[in-house]
Amino acid sequence: MIDLARSTNQETFVMNLGPQHPATHGVLRVKLTMDGEYIVNAEPVLGYVHRMHEKMGENRTWAQFMPNTGRLDYLGALSYNHGYVKVVEQAMGIEVPERAEYLRVITVELNRIASHLLWFGAFVLDLGGFTPLLYAFDDREHILDLLESVTGSRLTFCYFRFGGLYNDIDDNFVTGTRAFIKRLRKRLPDYHNLVTKNIILIKRLKGVGVLPAEMCRKYGATGPVLRGSGVQYDVRKNEPYSVYPELDFDVPVYAEGDSMARYMVRMDEIEQCMRIVEQALDKLPEGPVMAEKVPKILKPAPGDYYGAVEAARGSFGVRIVSDGTNTPYRLKLRSPTFSNLSLYGEASRGMLLADALALMGSLDLVIPEIDR
Amino acid sequence: MILTEPWRVLVFLVGIIAFAALNAAYLVWLERKVAGHIQGRIGPKEVGPFGLLQPLADGLKLMSKQLLVPKGVDPLLFKVAPLLVLVPAVMSFVTIPFSDTLVARNIDIGLLLIFAFASVNVMGLLLGGWGSNNKYAVISAARAVSQNVAYEIPMLITVITMVMITGTMNLNEMVVQQAGGFWNWHIFANPLMPIAFLIFFTCSLAETNRAPFDLGEAESELIAGFHTEYSGMGFGVFFMGEYANIIIGCSLSAILFLGGWHSPIGFLPDQGLWGLCWFLGKVYFLIFCVMWIRWTYPRTTLWGLLNLSWKILIPISLLILLLTGAMIKVWPLIIGVS
Repeated sequence: MIDLARSTNQETFVMNLGPQHPATHGVLRVKLTMDGEYIVNAEPVLGYVHRMHEKMGENRTWAQFMPNTGRLDYLGALSYNHGYVKVVEQAMGIEVPERAEYLRVITVELNRIASHLLWFGAFVLDLGGFTPLLYAFDDREHILDLLESVTGSRLTFCYFRFGGLYNDIDDNFVTGTRAFIKRLRKRLPDYHNLVTKNIILIKRLKGVGVLPAEMCRKYGATGPVLRGSGVQYDVRKNEPYSVYPELDFDVPVYAEGDSMARYMVRMDEIEQCMRIVEQALDKLPEGPVMAEKVPKILKPAPGDYYGAVEAARGSFGVRIVSDGTNTPYRLKLRSPTFSNLSLYGEASRGMLLADALALMGSLDLVIPEIDR
Repeated sequence: MILTEPWRVLVFLVGIIAFAALNAAYLVWLERKVAGHIQGRIGPKEVGPFGLLQPLADGLKLMSKQLLVPKGVDPLLFKVAPLLVLVPAVMSFVTIPFSDTLVARNIDIGLLLIFAFASVNVMGLLLGGWGSNNKYAVISAARAVSQNVAYEIPMLITVITMVMITGTMNLNEMVVQQAGGFWNWHIFANPLMPIAFLIFFTCSLAETNRAPFDLGEAESELIAGFHTEYSGMGFGVFFMGEYANIIIGCSLSAILFLGGWHSPIGFLPDQGLWGLCWFLGKVYFLIFCVMWIRWTYPRTTLWGLLNLSWKILIPISLLILLLTGAMIKVWPLIIGVS
């Protein structure tokens, strides 16, 4: 950290970080005012991949908007599917069969593992370590194969339907998932030995980029960013939905608030996700995966509905306003990364460029989800 | 190896340039193979057997690309900078003894000459960054200079220690002193020398801008650092210079500490071609270690880097210098030998 009050009379320069820059992992642009290598001011400039998803929602039927939800955060698309179907089901009063809810949880948690694994690789890549990326992608590939076998796609999933799922799983999925979890349980200690305990990594993350809990609350940060600052908030626990109350899992919380804490939260979450998936597979009931009597044309009763789910990056909320017709009157998406990025300007003030980029990596940004 | 003077210079000149260029090309291939295998891939394999023709394809690609000179650059500095990196590196090969007879110029101050050329190298990075008219390049140039200054000090202190032990700056003579087996190598000259070797090797990593000290071209921070604006062979020459510097650094480590062209066990032959093999074997092993480190470790920050140099490496190397001096001069007095 630098004493900014003392340095204001020195010469500063403006540097454009992005929209094409290796560290932003997308088309985010950050306007940096720099004093040498210190950041005096950082101003994220958004909108380079703005696709007007919310406006699109107003011009499509309820069901037609489903594929859009998979294109917000393409790394954890199933959580976004879940958030949308959940609130529409709530508006329509549709009961979802239990088997479908279990399968939703299983696939969402697998997707969360995939998302965290990719983040792990990309984050260490931001810190200059190239190799973990390839290992993480190797593991992620197994998840994508599993999800492809049931959902039909590998990235921008559109698996959930109002009232259930597109199709049921088969035995191969169950055995494949169990085998994958066994494999990842063996690989995670390797990651910790090779990466987490690396002295250079520790020096770069410990005590760097501290986000006080107060700052996170002020900007509405959620997910691993908030939990890394010592706030025990997880939508799955605080506002339980689906079958999460029936599953036993912990919410990892680290009080330090530095980049290392956010790193550890995500690494611990991978383990918790594996626990959830295993339990859900054990408890998986028989039965249909689609509710009966779901109308072909949805017309939710006029009203204002909100629902949130815990996505890989934090709380994803959907607010829909229905006027009783077959298209939404208004559709508002509350994406977690937008709020998580908002604190970047304040948090990075006075930091070294390299540390500020480590901080940015630890926020786990997905730009299409910020811009929507 | 008996050549008359003008021919000798010519042969060595061509030989050295060919050696540097060939190594730059094939070290890139090796680096990609090593990186591939470390990362659970197989690396280049399509072009030629084992991808051995890949460097040729890469070179052709670089040469066929346009040499772009962006607006607002200082044209002279922009064009000279890559040469300022490559030429000193190639010149340093002049005094390196590849075997007992294979050395271009057996100069008495060979060691000094290499460090003089190594210092010119940083000028190339500075001018390339400065002349590019790019903020990332300027930041990178500033980083590279402070890094090189910080690491040249512990490196030179270690070298002074070595000169105290050997009593010569002639590289060939240094190697000759280490004859007879690995226990005679200078890395075992006294109990402190293994530490000195580690310091020297770390510093040579930092001097050549290699990971984990590759702050000059930290791709996730500064895009490509000082060569962000370079295209085609301008970039290619920077690249060749970088690899030539790695070879120089590893050759010096091998000559100063690991017995140069001597065989590790006394009775194995190390004359002529054998010596060349032993020397190259040691050098390539060290280069492999350099690559191994690069693909295993994340990058340090500038502070971490400077702290390591000024607070840890310099004090330790000074201590080694002092203790080695004491061992050479005071110890004989105590035990009463001359």
